[in-house]
Amino acid sequence: MSAAQTDPDRPDPIMSLDGAFFWKAAEEGRFVAQKCCGCGALLHPPRSICPNCLCFEQAEQELSGRGTVMSWVMPIHPPARGFETPPIVVLIEVEEGLRFVSNVVGVAPEDMKIGMKVKVGFAKTQGGKAAPIFHADLEG
Amino acid sequence: MPDKNDQATIVGIGQTEFSKNSGRSEQRLACEAVLAALNDAGLTPAQVDGMMTFNIDNNDEVDVMRSLGVPEIKYTMRTPQGGGSSVSTLVHAKHAVESGFCDVMVIWRAMNERSQYRFGQPASGVSPNGKSTTFIEWAMPYGAQTPATLEALSAGPYMHRFGVTSEDLGRISVLLRSNAATNPAAWFHGKPITLDDHQSSRWIVAPYLHLLDCCQETDGGVALVITKLDRARNLKQLPVRILGAEYAFLYNHEVISDFYEGDLALRGNSERVTERLARSAGLRPAEAGPTLFYDNFSTQVLRQVEGFGLCGLGEAKDYIRDGHMNLDGRTPLSPNGGLMGEGYVHGMNNITEAVRQVRGVAANQVSGAETAFVSSGVAGAILGR
Repeated sequence: MSAAQTDPDRPDPIMSLDGAFFWKAAEEGRFVAQKCCGCGALLHPPRSICPNCLCFEQAEQELSGRGTVMSWVMPIHPPARGFETPPIVVLIEVEEGLRFVSNVVGVAPEDMKIGMKVKVGFAKTQGGKAAPIFHADLEG
Repeated sequence: MPDKNDQATIVGIGQTEFSKNSGRSEQRLACEAVLAALNDAGLTPAQVDGMMTFNIDNNDEVDVMRSLGVPEIKYTMRTPQGGGSSVSTLVHAKHAVESGFCDVMVIWRAMNERSQYRFGQPASGVSPNGKSTTFIEWAMPYGAQTPATLEALSAGPYMHRFGVTSEDLGRISVLLRSNAATNPAAWFHGKPITLDDHQSSRWIVAPYLHLLDCCQETDGGVALVITKLDRARNLKQLPVRILGAEYAFLYNHEVISDFYEGDLALRGNSERVTERLARSAGLRPAEAGPTLFYDNFSTQVLRQVEGFGLCGLGEAKDYIRDGHMNLDGRTPLSPNGGLMGEGYVHGMNNITEAVRQVRGVAANQVSGAETAFVSSGVAGAILGR
């Protein structure tokens, strides 16, 4: 899936050494999480070592992209940097049990509900990178 | 537990005025506050041998020593987690003084947080720096860029689960502003608000936080002086002992951008602090009288009321509506007006108010207060005579 340009000034991701894989996968249209090579645990936010088995070797795994809205808000004032209109900021719990801060795009604020089903998409950022975002999952 | 004579005791408090434009350097504010606290105690800079502040305070120990003429310090420390630092400093100061690391500890926090930079505005050009900013990588590209946005997102599940209304939040702001209105040191002295004012104030973060759900941005400095009780008895003020000061921080949690672990309606760190205080101070926050929560946002107050055990889960809005946190209630909330009403010197001005309440000299004195509880979420302390 290619990234849509919904907010042309959306800030580029900050790519730490341990977290860059997540954003690079998004540029390729893949929504992934860190997977521990030792015990198979899925982890987000990414980290340098698995807290379950203390293994340093880490890979990535593509996620289903389906999740549920745990919380949503709209920063109105001061305006969020990089957004012409207030974004809908969400906390998503995905099917695999991990949580992500993201946006829901294409849903009016009055239709936002905690518990609503969403599926992943991708948004271009200012400098041509990408960030996973979510849409309403009408089949979910 | 130390011998009572060795117990850490707050002997001096100092502060500058709380303003929106101090017109002087943060270094100057720090020194003014420290000097005021030393004068309050009846001590001099030459007697100071320990120093603490927040890890995000811009003032260097070198400069504070150099400005005030402090000849030597034997202990220094900087505490993490933003405003969580405020009461955490008491945890360190208590142990540093009681163990003999140092004899006279000075703690300060000084900032031109309104005129020089803005805590409430989206940060730009920032990256994680080891000062409780790990959230930046995972939140910035989504427009979650301010403390208010992170707090509202974290509070959402609590608000939803217990059906908390904006009016419920508004009652907290009205109470704090009512207290500030009769506190001459408060920025909002003489300026109470109504629930209608709260409801009609503009959105900061929909659907939870109006302008009047948020603390201020303040220029100012606050300082404390701490030494042992046996020395305190020979100083100027009624000694205010640190009966207990405890800290807890839990796996996979963050201070305000707390999203990733467990039930977000619960306050595990506050619950742990409460249990530790029951052992170390022999008292729970619910039994301590005046209660100074870290009121950066009204939603935080609700969750601390429950986390520190003043009432059961989901009951905070009713506890407040029923008057239990009024000045004449069971656990009066921030008689100074708190960070919303008095000023936002990052939680430290709530500690000075707790000291004044125990001394019995506060502007809005709670009658018969011999103890007080002060918290910054991850840390809590019970002060007493």
